[in-house]
Amino acid sequence: MQLGKVVGNVVLTMKNDTLDGVKLLLVQPMSSAREPIGRVIVAADSVGAGVGEEVFFVRGKEASFPFYPTDVPADAGIVGIVDSWHIG
Amino acid sequence: MILARVTGTLVATQKNHKLEGAKLLLVQPLTLEDTPRGPELLAVDGVGAGVHEKVLIVLEGRAASDAIGKKAAPVDAAIVGIVDTVDLP
Repeated sequence: MQLGKVVGNVVLTMKNDTLDGVKLLLVQPMSSAREPIGRVIVAADSVGAGVGEEVFFVRGKEASFPFYPTDVPADAGIVGIVDSWHIG
Repeated sequence: MILARVTGTLVATQKNHKLEGAKLLLVQPLTLEDTPRGPELLAVDGVGAGVHEKVLIVLEGRAASDAIGKKAAPVDAAIVGIVDTVDLP
């Protein structure tokens, strides 16, 4: 998993049927020092995250597990909202 | 699998129910020379690792899920061992 910050959302009308009702959010991956890492990604949200929140997300097929038994075609998914972290 | 160093702990109240009870640790992947390599990751802990320890990490969903004893948990990285030594003759 990786830390990220929700920076926006994506709205689609025409989409794969299995994406119906799935909230898609723009996430900027970041380091624990809150520095952006790489490009912004689109992630499926299953925990009720919103813009401005710090989250962690999973990459790969596992992103669809929270939507089981629906096989959602997602390769990134937010699986938790971060309260805090502590380094060292 | 990769070698990494545990750098911190993370708290998240609102998370996928399969992650309830799982310990989440921030880890920094390492080179064989113990220098940082690439971005930090967040891994679930399956062995009771602590901050500053050198650990072995699986970067694959099913293996990571198995490491915390859950089926189909939405995780992609897990700590599966604490490294004693690495010998590179």
